[in-house]
Amino acid sequence: MKKHLYLAILIFVFMSHSFAQEHKKKRDVSHEFELELEGEYRYYWDKAKFQGQKDQFPSLAIKPEYTIEWNKGYESINMSAFFRIDRDDERTHIDVREFYYQKAKNNWELSLGLKKVYWGVAESNHLVDIINQTDAVESFDGEEKLGQPMLQFSWNTSKLGTFEFFYLPYHRKRTFPGTNGRLRFETAIDKDEVGYESHAKEWRQDLALRWKHYINAFDIGLSHFYGNGREPAFVFDNTGNMKAFYPVINQTGLDLQITHNAFLWKLESIYRQADHQDFYAMVAGLEYTFSNIDGNGLDIGLLGEYLYDERGEFALTALQNDLFIGSRIAFNDIQDASILFGIISDLESNSRIFSVEASRRFGTSWTAELEARFFSNISKEEQILSNFEKDSFLRLKVSKYF
Amino acid sequence: MKTALSIVLIVLGINLVSAQSTSNRGLEIAKLAEQADLGFGSSIVELKMTLKNKNGQLSERYLSTKTLELTKDGDKSLIVFNSPKDVKGTATLTFTHKVGSDDQWLYLPSIKRIKRISSNNKSGPFVGSEFAYEDLSSQEVEKYSYKFIDEKGSFLRVEQDPVDPKSGYTKRLVTYNKDKGYRIEKVEFYDRKNALLKTLTYSEYKLYKNKFWRAGSFNMVNHQTHKETLLQFSDYDFEQNLREADFTEVALKRAGK
Repeated sequence: MKKHLYLAILIFVFMSHSFAQEHKKKRDVSHEFELELEGEYRYYWDKAKFQGQKDQFPSLAIKPEYTIEWNKGYESINMSAFFRIDRDDERTHIDVREFYYQKAKNNWELSLGLKKVYWGVAESNHLVDIINQTDAVESFDGEEKLGQPMLQFSWNTSKLGTFEFFYLPYHRKRTFPGTNGRLRFETAIDKDEVGYESHAKEWRQDLALRWKHYINAFDIGLSHFYGNGREPAFVFDNTGNMKAFYPVINQTGLDLQITHNAFLWKLESIYRQADHQDFYAMVAGLEYTFSNIDGNGLDIGLLGEYLYDERGEFALTALQNDLFIGSRIAFNDIQDASILFGIISDLESNSRIFSVEASRRFGTSWTAELEARFFSNISKEEQILSNFEKDSFLRLKVSKYF
Repeated sequence: MKTALSIVLIVLGINLVSAQSTSNRGLEIAKLAEQADLGFGSSIVELKMTLKNKNGQLSERYLSTKTLELTKDGDKSLIVFNSPKDVKGTATLTFTHKVGSDDQWLYLPSIKRIKRISSNNKSGPFVGSEFAYEDLSSQEVEKYSYKFIDEKGSFLRVEQDPVDPKSGYTKRLVTYNKDKGYRIEKVEFYDRKNALLKTLTYSEYKLYKNKFWRAGSFNMVNHQTHKETLLQFSDYDFEQNLREADFTEVALKRAGK
């Protein structure tokens, strides 16, 4: 796997070099280099449920980014890398988040390389979003993603919306916390001990299509993915070890948002077919914002979403029949201060997850972020979530931008 | 003389016919200003926004703006933040409509997400500045009703009352310069209680392509909070021939990276 990654990087370095050479003659080549240094501290105050789990996790991360643009910005090479050192060995990781060449002309756009793509409209769960593997050791909410090798072709029409085609030649495996990490199962899952349904394993050539359109208040997306699933199933081998198994799946997704005055009505739903399981899942809800309440820019948004997953207790997201209620407060001040509160409640038991995320800027190039998650009254029936019942945590992150 | 007379008549509130005529004259001026700017096609400009609080502390941000002129409907615009660095790449795509609310999308570069946002919040401040969203959106003639106030030399003053009840203003008092292609020199904003809230002064005007006046500097002063926001523009680029394809969700993601 590593060998392939190096090969891919080599090809790209060569490609970017030759592209840069070819276009150096043309004027208006612009370069930009950015660097983010991040210090993070996570604290789990409850005594660990499983052996070997630590309570405190100081950590450092580095995120360099480089962009070269030419042809008035219609052509570019974009690179973004990620390095983290953490007390949990599995969380100490390196990833090439993005490294792609892009060309746009008239109403089409082509991207080739490692890239991140996001689909969807909901806040509490991201069902439709399937192109990239989740960087599961990086964040609890699943919004951090691993770079996905792809060829992406987008074709925009004024009357029929945008059509996108994805060719995905390589599958990225999800990483799970190691033995001393929190938010894991009783036995830590070894990232490299995985099974694939496909004989081609991670080299299965996957495809995806998406159509996105907007008509007045309606934004609608329809997508289909055929390939190695991003979400693993868990299987036990002969020795009783749990390992991740990636089935071949067909997944059709719908995302819809209706934007009417201060209301955003949202729906995401998927139907996933695999040999061992077919299921339906959805999230539906609304967001309403009271804006500029104090005449000084204070916005208070209310969020409500219902989550359903036909897999029930075995849904990896543990959001099988739940209600999310939250509020987003934005101060719209010079420091961009904002706070997001939320509660996810299981409608069949008393299981609750409370969360708070707050962030602001200091000066021109520093930011601070605070995140807290509380697992409360987690029911023994929750096959996935019950493993995390002692993993309530507080996370503080300070970033410096160069 | 005729004008002076009609002002007197309005002040006294006697003559409905002249009220009608002041409203016609106001609308006529707004239309002349719009006409003077017809045919710019598309433009690209970089700008520096300096926010000053009441203690004089400064905070800066850099943005770039692309605009596409449309005649049947309102203009399209794409704004990208280049600094502060933690929000670099954050971008908005706006389709202004002559009638009804605008369509707007926000791009969040950290998770590559595009979110359609409500354009309901017209009166709220744009990124902590003294500019409200409605101050920066495309100024379509249909968005106001008009009342001509007075004429002093080449300066014409017109009262503009927002049609949309969600506006943060009861009125704007706009000073046009009729000898310079009806460019706007100054706007005074009156809040919902009809008290003077802000004054926006345009300066460092440049004439492009012998037809289009563009101010190099916008200074907005809030009289109630004593905060200020200064926008300083680079030279406008009218030569890029931007097209509709440069104002789509695909283009929004590309601009924000």
